[in-house]
Amino acid sequence: MKQWQNFSKGFFKENAVFVMLLGMCPTLAVTNSAINGLGMGLATTFVLMMSNIVISLIKNLIPNKVRIPTFIVVIAAFVTVVDLVMAGYAPALHEQLGIFIPLIVVNCVVLGRAEAFASKNNVVSSFFDGLGMGLGFAMALTMLGAIREMLGNYSIFGWKFINHDGILVFILSPGAFIALGFLIAFVNKVTKKV
Amino acid sequence: MAKTESTFLNMFLTLLIVTAVSSLAASAVYNLTKGPIAEVQRLKLQKAISQVMPGFTELKKVQMMPATGSDSLTFFEGLKDGQEIGVAVKTYTNLGYSGLIKLMVGFKPDGTITNIEVLEQKETPGLGTKMATPKFKDQFMGKNPATFKVEVKKDGGQVDAITAATISSRAFCDAVMRAYTTFEQLEKKQNNQEEGE
Repeated sequence: MKQWQNFSKGFFKENAVFVMLLGMCPTLAVTNSAINGLGMGLATTFVLMMSNIVISLIKNLIPNKVRIPTFIVVIAAFVTVVDLVMAGYAPALHEQLGIFIPLIVVNCVVLGRAEAFASKNNVVSSFFDGLGMGLGFAMALTMLGAIREMLGNYSIFGWKFINHDGILVFILSPGAFIALGFLIAFVNKVTKKV
Repeated sequence: MAKTESTFLNMFLTLLIVTAVSSLAASAVYNLTKGPIAEVQRLKLQKAISQVMPGFTELKKVQMMPATGSDSLTFFEGLKDGQEIGVAVKTYTNLGYSGLIKLMVGFKPDGTITNIEVLEQKETPGLGTKMATPKFKDQFMGKNPATFKVEVKKDGGQVDAITAATISSRAFCDAVMRAYTTFEQLEKKQNNQEEGE
């Protein structure tokens, strides 16, 4: 029951994008298509899960004064792994996401969970927290990517349903802000009622 | 287990161990993925070459400095049964809306463009990225830059620019022209060598 809470809070109650507004840089930048949002979300999920596990394992060995640099080094190691594996086995996605994969290192969601959760909880809880938070982030990015792709390119996951150029602004950066604003408002309206 | 004290030695050792283990892990993964990454790059180049210059059986690689620009261009001369059937040129421009664009341009021996592939670009999604679509780049197919002015119509050329992406279209033309002029230089140089022999 407790683990279910650790896992599920990442989706709506404490969603990184909709509620905490963390990790806005990749959220706004890469979500011009649903597949990009999903890819970025899953890459972040992997890093978040692994760094949470490792940090909760070594939390007692780390002197308090150097905990942040230690967290960053652990996170950076996992990001490098994701970056290299993606370049080798998913080159198309890697090309699309470009600089934003290395930038997961400085994603506030990852460091935030390390500091606020993994450094205070045991391994199992940290694992579920990382997985839930990561999948919640991936869900938010995929939703935003899907909306922007549907309006901006009239397609969903690359499948075009109207053979015409879309509303261009939604593919460009202003569209990211507009779509995200409406999405947050909508999600808050729905979740407040429940 | 008690929390480790923040003494100088403890902090030093923790950071030393954490960074050492992390870099070890990263280098292990680097070695594992080195092969697949190189393979992906090679296949991508191979695919681009055969897109712009179909039917070759042998490739000859030549590097040549362009008259303008800071980096050399790579020429892949395609041979079939000992006969030159064309050249694929890996060219670039820095004039893109977001900087560097890399193209692969295929020429017949007489300088006619066979096809163009976009290798690398960071243009605005939905605007400049349309340079990779057939609608834009197919207008270069079968044209010879000696008679077809590779410049956007706004600048007095014959190229239809992409709507709302004139800068990207201009950059595309720049890269194609850099490939063409260098290609001509190379041909001249090779002809001179043959005459001299």
